[in-house]
Amino acid sequence: MFCQMLKGALMRQKGKLSMIAFTMALGVSLATAMLGVMMDVGDKVNQELKTYGANLSVVPRGTSFLSELYELEEEDGEDTAPNAANAQKAEKYLAEDELVKMKMIFWAFNIVDFAPFLETAAVVGGQPVTLVGTWFDKHLDLPTGESVDTGMKRLKSWWDVTGEWCRDDEDGAMLGQNLAAKLGLKAGDFFEAATPDGAGRKRLEVRAIVNSGGKEDDQAFVPLRLVQDMSNRPGLVQRVDVSALTTPENDLARRAAQDPNSLSRKEWDTWYCTAYISSIAYQIEEVVTGSRAKPVLQVAESEGAILRKTQLLMLLLTVLSLICSALAISNLVTASVMERSSEIGLLKAIGATGAAVALLILTEIVLTSMLGGTAGYFVGLGFAQIIGRTVFGSAIAVKGLVVPLVAILVLLVTLLGSLPAVRMLLSLRPTEVLHGR
Amino acid sequence: MNELENNILELKDVSMIYGAGGQVKALQNINLTVVQGEWLAIMGPSGSGKTTMMNIIGCMDRPTSGAVILDGQDITKLSPRALTAIRRDKIGLIFQQFHLIPYLTALENVMVAQYYHSMIDEAEALQALTRVGLQDRAKHLPRQLSGGEQQRVCIARALINYPKLILADEPTGNLDEANEKIVLDLLRRLHAEGSTIIVVTHAPEVGEHAEKTIFLEHGRVVKTTRNR
Ligand SMILES: Nc1ncnc2c1ncn2[C@@H]1O[C@H](COP(=O)(O)OP(=O)(O)OP(=O)(O)O)[C@@H](O)[C@H]1O
Ligand SMILES: [Mg+2]
Repeated sequence: MFCQMLKGALMRQKGKLSMIAFTMALGVSLATAMLGVMMDVGDKVNQELKTYGANLSVVPRGTSFLSELYELEEEDGEDTAPNAANAQKAEKYLAEDELVKMKMIFWAFNIVDFAPFLETAAVVGGQPVTLVGTWFDKHLDLPTGESVDTGMKRLKSWWDVTGEWCRDDEDGAMLGQNLAAKLGLKAGDFFEAATPDGAGRKRLEVRAIVNSGGKEDDQAFVPLRLVQDMSNRPGLVQRVDVSALTTPENDLARRAAQDPNSLSRKEWDTWYCTAYISSIAYQIEEVVTGSRAKPVLQVAESEGAILRKTQLLMLLLTVLSLICSALAISNLVTASVMERSSEIGLLKAIGATGAAVALLILTEIVLTSMLGGTAGYFVGLGFAQIIGRTVFGSAIAVKGLVVPLVAILVLLVTLLGSLPAVRMLLSLRPTEVLHGR
Repeated sequence: MNELENNILELKDVSMIYGAGGQVKALQNINLTVVQGEWLAIMGPSGSGKTTMMNIIGCMDRPTSGAVILDGQDITKLSPRALTAIRRDKIGLIFQQFHLIPYLTALENVMVAQYYHSMIDEAEALQALTRVGLQDRAKHLPRQLSGGEQQRVCIARALINYPKLILADEPTGNLDEANEKIVLDLLRRLHAEGSTIIVVTHAPEVGEHAEKTIFLEHGRVVKTTRNR
């Protein structure tokens, strides 16, 4: 009978209930979009921050800030070939065989992974391509007798790789997905790469396609020694990315980062023996000749901060939209209960307890809300994609977690919104409504 | 007649005063007994306390003072919850405004009373509708029924749980003469079958059908007549 009453109430009061469903749909679509974007974007960035850890970039001392900026811009662009020749003249390098020393500093165990890079412009099938030489999974024997395995495979563990990781001793390549698409290559294909002057020439096998979500999607990664051969720069690298575990910065660390010599002896000892990113950087500079180690954390951190603020804003919007929904629902439900007061009085008069009537009305409202919520959820998925595309420039994969979260929110908002109406309903006395006073 | 043994309802010195300062004395020192199977009519001018009295008898209100003994039980001191239970088990209510649930069919409206009483039984509900001559309209919504038909559904709902006492407040107040006659015939049949009926009315011809009529004025019983 309960179901029959529900069915009757739902089917034959569509007009009145559809307002509640619509309100809920509106609130939920916003909440879904916001939560979906928030959780997905947050996840991606967090993952990157975590994987990078406290990231250090080791470059030759004297590489001016300007040229780094220029290089960055250039890497984002499609065409890198024309600059290779003059860049090469001015370029300074680090020695590949010195890198192993990084695992011998005081903070050796905090240096989790590192990989060197050496880039060269190349031509593949008539198209300009940046070849990036690196270590994929390099085995290093330390003079101390220990050994270390490091390289891109560990440093970029979050890369989405289709195929096999390239080995350092083969003539293979891993192509960024955009580049692979441009060249029409897939894992297992062979291609020939040549330097623009034609001096260096290699036939390579595509081992894997990489989806990184970053500029790497436009690059080709090959074993370091191949680039050294092709561009005739044996034993040299341009940059080393280091992933290190660090202690959060404090005042001392910031002062030391400015100028380590300004510290007192005691402070210096404390700083040197704490895994601040600046002290690790300092120690790397001590062992790698002509190097400058700069934390790239600040960039990541400020990105993270902006993102967190954006997320906070979205959370705020979500909460506000839900509060508005709750208020609107509260009004609608109260109005509906008032309109149905004689029906409620009658149910009480023929023996229904207040709780039984409340249950009936609440179930009716919750079902309506859920229906509206479901519709709103799907609209929200659409909103999420629009927001993702326009604001973050990427598709949003709405997490499964959003579904139960939204369901709980719908329930919460509906029940809270219905609270005043339920109180009214419980205190309603049949005598007040049944005799038409 | 062995009235002492068969009293279904007894009002002893019942008063009802609305408002904190005792402004409205809706009922004043009412004494009344109704025996099993009796048909009682309550008449009186508007505002004389008829509905107030029905509310107290129907366990929807508690008197300010005095005792109400329903089926051998003093209901004056009971909690609202206990009153709900008694109302459900012993009272059948018929209203001037019918009060059918608009989104349920005639049959479902009868079954709602079964549902909150004990168990639903569709066959029995249909039988009740048959008794009031509405078996063909079972699947119709209240808005598809005339006023008289709606009142008959209301009667079917009131008698579905075999109440000890049927209370009808102005059951024909909203009906024309033809429908008034149908409803009165139904009540007469229920009475003939042994039901105890208390009916509030303005209309003398409705009162005539009752065995006993009490006249209220300003919350007091001013006259009692017996028709047989
Ligand atoms: N809840 C209430 N609060 C205050 N006064 C009330 C209340 N209910 C009834 N009264 C008053 O009690 C008196 C009796 O009212 P009641 O409804 O019992 O009259 P009635 O005989 O049923 O009248 P009618 O024939 O118009 O239905 C009236 O003066 C009315 O104003
Ligand atoms: Mg009245």
